[in-house]
Amino acid sequence: MKHHQVIIVGGGLAGLRAALEAVDELDVAVLSQVHPVRSHSIAAQGGINAALANVSDEDSWERHAFDTIKGSDYLADQPAAEILAREAIDRVYESEHWGCPYSRLENGKIAQRPFGGGGFPRTCYASDRTGHALLHTMYERSVLKKVKVYEERMVIELVVEDGTCHGVVALNLVTGELEAYLADAVIFTTGGAGRIYSKSTNAIINTGSGMAVAYRAGVPLKDMEFIQFHPTSLYGTNILMTEGARGEGGYLINSEGERFMEKYAPSAMELAPRDIVARAIQTEIKEGRGFEGEYVHLDLRHLGAEKIMERLPGIREIALDFAGIDPITAPIPIQPAQHYTMGGIDCDVDGVTVVKGFFTAGECACVSAHGANRLGGNSILETIVYGKRAGEAALKYVKGRESGPSRRAVEEALERCTELVEGLRTADGSEDPAAIREEMTKVMFDKVGIFRDAENLKAAIETLVELKERYRNLRLSYRGKRYNLDLARAWELGGMLEVAEVIARGALLREESRGSHARTDFTERDDENWLKHTLAYRTDDGPRFDFKEVIITKYQPQARRY
Amino acid sequence: MDEFTLRIFRFDPEDGQEPRFDAYRVPYRDGMTVLEALFEVLDHQDGSIAFRFSCRGAVCGACAMFINGSHRLACQTQVKSLGPEVTVSPLPHLPVIRDLIVDMEPFWRKYEEIKPYLIANSEPPEKERPQDPEDRKKIDEMINCILCGACYSSCPMVWTGEDYLGPAALLKAYRFVADSRDDASEERLAVVSTEKGVWRCHTVFNCAEVCPRSINITWSLQQLKKLAVRKALF
Ligand SMILES: Cc1cc2nc3c(=O)[nH]c(=O)nc-3n(C[C@H](O)[C@H](O)[C@H](O)COP(=O)(O)OP(=O)(O)OC[C@H]3O[C@@H](n4cnc5c(N)ncnc54)[C@H](O)[C@@H]3O)c2cc1C
Repeated sequence: MKHHQVIIVGGGLAGLRAALEAVDELDVAVLSQVHPVRSHSIAAQGGINAALANVSDEDSWERHAFDTIKGSDYLADQPAAEILAREAIDRVYESEHWGCPYSRLENGKIAQRPFGGGGFPRTCYASDRTGHALLHTMYERSVLKKVKVYEERMVIELVVEDGTCHGVVALNLVTGELEAYLADAVIFTTGGAGRIYSKSTNAIINTGSGMAVAYRAGVPLKDMEFIQFHPTSLYGTNILMTEGARGEGGYLINSEGERFMEKYAPSAMELAPRDIVARAIQTEIKEGRGFEGEYVHLDLRHLGAEKIMERLPGIREIALDFAGIDPITAPIPIQPAQHYTMGGIDCDVDGVTVVKGFFTAGECACVSAHGANRLGGNSILETIVYGKRAGEAALKYVKGRESGPSRRAVEEALERCTELVEGLRTADGSEDPAAIREEMTKVMFDKVGIFRDAENLKAAIETLVELKERYRNLRLSYRGKRYNLDLARAWELGGMLEVAEVIARGALLREESRGSHARTDFTERDDENWLKHTLAYRTDDGPRFDFKEVIITKYQPQARRY
Repeated sequence: MDEFTLRIFRFDPEDGQEPRFDAYRVPYRDGMTVLEALFEVLDHQDGSIAFRFSCRGAVCGACAMFINGSHRLACQTQVKSLGPEVTVSPLPHLPVIRDLIVDMEPFWRKYEEIKPYLIANSEPPEKERPQDPEDRKKIDEMINCILCGACYSSCPMVWTGEDYLGPAALLKAYRFVADSRDDASEERLAVVSTEKGVWRCHTVFNCAEVCPRSINITWSLQQLKKLAVRKALF
């Protein structure tokens, strides 16, 4: 059995940054389903927020914190948003020192652009490939620091005994064997759950499996009903068209040729926060002012060829490759799609969870700095700010730990998992996992989507419960061991169904509209009853909900207008 | 086109059987990519096929393979552009793990050899290290690399020289050599101006031709050669 002092599950930005924090002093290993540079972080486009004040010297981290809190519709824990904004500056400079090729201003400083919900041009960028630039830098640094990586390992169980974490069990995708890892501390940085929805900008591997594993191990999931829908995904494939395209001056136009954001956010226009823009587009489409009843236009033509080629080359490439459209000469067909999971594994500002020795950071975690709606450019920021903090916390914990992890507990977990996975691999019931997945993703988009109401949510929950039942009677078509995708995907599906149920039930429970959660039957924000976080605990009959106060320090909730 | 034929290379080095191609009839949808077609087969016809994937947006580099005789990303390739028969096999000249999945270990090992990280001699300032936008432009093309391995697999010098670093690693080396913030050109040139480095490149241009990000990799390798010569002479 392998033993590392710190095991980090996930090789994206949060995972690598956490690893770098601990690797100088401890034996650290990263386990990841894919090679680190294949992680979803690679796809982040528009940029990363930090009040460097390179463009506007009036900007400050306090303003960044305020914008984040307002953007969150006051559901963010204010200390978490403040840490995010304050430490942003050091983390961005640090990444530059490590080699991140940010775009530059004429004076040689890091370039910054405006993003939705931000008062100043605060979003640092590397053209429209910021995640690519940053993840490669973080990986390069991890090569320098000799971080040990186990690739193509899918972690399927977090080993918890007596409230303490002892390691993980992983499926080695290449060999098909289960492997047990003993660890003094474990950090989950497993990313978002976007693929629970049929239309998503997320990588195919973003199934929320880390959230499901933690949930099954008894760790609550927080605020899962808050799902961000990005206003502008390419019609068809739902590949993201960055908010940077609007930051650079792009227009949203309906089939009547109107810049319709006038009606919804007269001063911020296209740069209103994502939830507002996504709902505006959906409303235009629903009311018959879309094209083919499916999409509206993102028009960049007036920016001119030079600006498009220099600032948005990636967007142009994607539009050309995937839709055959050149944004220099034609508008881009776009529609909203699931984009980000605000909720996640419940943790504090050091990534600490209810299980001793188990930490979390990045999109799979819920600190909560984003509350009910995340601002663009705050997420890759969260990965490195809170990745570092979780790494630091794990380091401290391991140094202070009196006894090592329990080998017996991990061995027993391995036995349990072997039985489970063997059962799944040889499952010969009658249900087709792909059909279940398709029904789940569709019902989530249609009924637990941009607009929600009790009737649809109840119908969705009914479907999910039925799908969970059908899941018990699966039939897999491949019984081999090596690189068995059928098995890996079927296993993921089980977790997706549970996480989907948490999202849908949380959405039904929350009888108000706040941030990304828009109830047509409860259209107002209700601070009196709902200024609180939801916590979902797993039981055999679905989630049990509890609540947690929102930490409000400086900023009293106000109406959110843009 | 309502349907097309997808032929998939099948091989498991551990099951004792010869490699073969299996053919599937796949229903066509407008805008369908090769990656989507592979999922169509995996989900609805044959759960046993194995391939890599992640972002499906041509930026993670996971799904590079050999499609109708060319190195491409499956997610970036429209079925429509290929005609009624599509044939996919793994990246040539890399060991096959199973079906379309190859062992990238040699690729990553060589990547690590060129010291793929910024090395600056001075202590970092409190804020960013300034960089002139013109200097930043000099690395714009190289940082677009997604490390998919297409160039590596297409290079005849890689096929015949087991320890040749290959185009991707050398491109990365030049990315740092050309970065105004980096101070380790000497060190890197020492690694790359050897028999396993740039001198093995015979400017066949396969790498530049197959690059899914349209990077002129050969040009960067030529720059390294020039610098190496200059260093040897002066
Ligand atoms: C298209 C797109 C563009 C975006 N652009 C921006 C932007 O411009 N600015 C911004 O701030 N945010 C942006 N975001 C959001 C941001 O990219 C993500 O929130 C962030 O990158 C998440 O990073 P992470 O490290 O938490 O997770 P990820 O990068 O998703 O990494 C997760 C890792 O966990 C591993 N993993 C998952 N499950 C398991 C398991 N069970 N076992 C083992 N390993 C596992 C994966 O292999 C992977 O390595 C964008 C998102 C999308 C979809």
